[in-house]
Amino acid sequence: MADTFQLEIVTPEKMVVKDVAEEIQIPGKDGYLGILPGHAPLITELAVGEISYRKGGQTHYLSVAWGFAEVLPDKVTILAETAERPQEIDVKRAQESKRRAEEALQNGKTEADFTRAEDALKRAETRLEVAGKSQH
Amino acid sequence: MPNILDIRRRIRSVTNTRQITKAMKMVSAAKLRRAQERALAARPYAQMLTNVLKSLVSRAEIYDPETGEPRHPLLARRPERNVLLIVVTGDKGLAGAFNTNILKAAARFIATKADKNLEIETIGRKGRDFLRRRYRAAEPRSVDSEGPPQTTIVGEQIGVLNKIDYDLALGLAERVIERYGKEEIDSVYLLYNEFKSVIAQRLIVEQILPIEQIGVPAVSMAEGMTQKEKERALEAARDAGVGIRPADTRDIDAAAAKFAVAPVDYIYEQSPEELFRSLLPKYVAIQVFRALQESVAAEHAARMTAMDAATSNATDMIDSLTLAMNRARQAKITKEIIEIVSGAAAQ
Repeated sequence: MADTFQLEIVTPEKMVVKDVAEEIQIPGKDGYLGILPGHAPLITELAVGEISYRKGGQTHYLSVAWGFAEVLPDKVTILAETAERPQEIDVKRAQESKRRAEEALQNGKTEADFTRAEDALKRAETRLEVAGKSQH
Repeated sequence: MPNILDIRRRIRSVTNTRQITKAMKMVSAAKLRRAQERALAARPYAQMLTNVLKSLVSRAEIYDPETGEPRHPLLARRPERNVLLIVVTGDKGLAGAFNTNILKAAARFIATKADKNLEIETIGRKGRDFLRRRYRAAEPRSVDSEGPPQTTIVGEQIGVLNKIDYDLALGLAERVIERYGKEEIDSVYLLYNEFKSVIAQRLIVEQILPIEQIGVPAVSMAEGMTQKEKERALEAARDAGVGIRPADTRDIDAAAAKFAVAPVDYIYEQSPEELFRSLLPKYVAIQVFRALQESVAAEHAARMTAMDAATSNATDMIDSLTLAMNRARQAKITKEIIEIVSGAAAQ
């Protein structure tokens, strides 16, 4: 069996990654999934989180908001609403939105406000976490 | 007799104008090229999403097998009482008839919905300025309020077109979906200038909600380019070095067609129904995103064409002014010679 698979990560704005990888971790809606070549075909929704994939001994990180993934034995395709590499993340903006989300959590009145703020907080935290990881 | 100095001054002024229009044309051409590239870059995601949804429709039994009724609210048609129209124009003028044509089409569409409550949301400064003069802003009212149907403006977005990002489209889509879900509005239409290539453009009204059929835009009013407009656009494009063929998307589409529909038994981490439910709003968002991108490309193309026409008009004007100046100069010389000769003869 081949020891790599093709990897494509696509967002509405562009194709972010088109590469070959040996292993990938994706933030499934119901928990993180680790995928190796030869994985059984699978379809899942993605939550807010961090994608990490290994290629030639190097691990690459991306932060994603909502997404959708198809896993085939020799290929993983991910549709994500946003997918950013660490160097693309605007740390200042993420910190700002984290602060705002925390404020909203404190002062939120309705249930909807709460969920929205929680989502925003999670996105900001993921971004900051991924931004802190070096590409090497 | 016209004054030579005056004519010379006018020639200089027209030459300056021509320089500006020429520069604007080249800038628009460059922006158009970039807009086309962006639209192309957005295609894989849009196509993949559409394909997944199409395949999920059958797997998740979205349509009731007995009655054929859709089981998802965004697909269900209901009597149209409150209509939302989103009009996409440009923020700036000097783009020929681009904005005017859109607003004329908007007026026609509004007339067809005269017996319903119509809410208008504008994207782009030009549309806002025009429509705000004709219709008043919406006042808060309850959904069931009786009274004559009215046309009101509910929202505006200006200055967002320089940098169309997906978040903008997503925000818009989420807002209309929420209002649709609450039955505040029964249908949503998007009026914009569709852009396939410089010579393949249409002004269309596309029904965004309810979704008639996934993957097939529900166009309810369309207006193509006239032959003359096409010729002009073609000439401008050729002169500015912009390609006139629509981008080749066959490879992208073929790759996207394979997404999530391989003939294998997938493990579904979530049920197909659940997936369909979370994907459908994204489909609406991507439709809006594509429409905005096309409208921006069309605006740049329109400006490029208009500025090309302006440049060639300026050239014509310079030619005829130069001719007039030469005539005047010649006449002056002839007159001087006559004066000298008759002066000499008189002695």
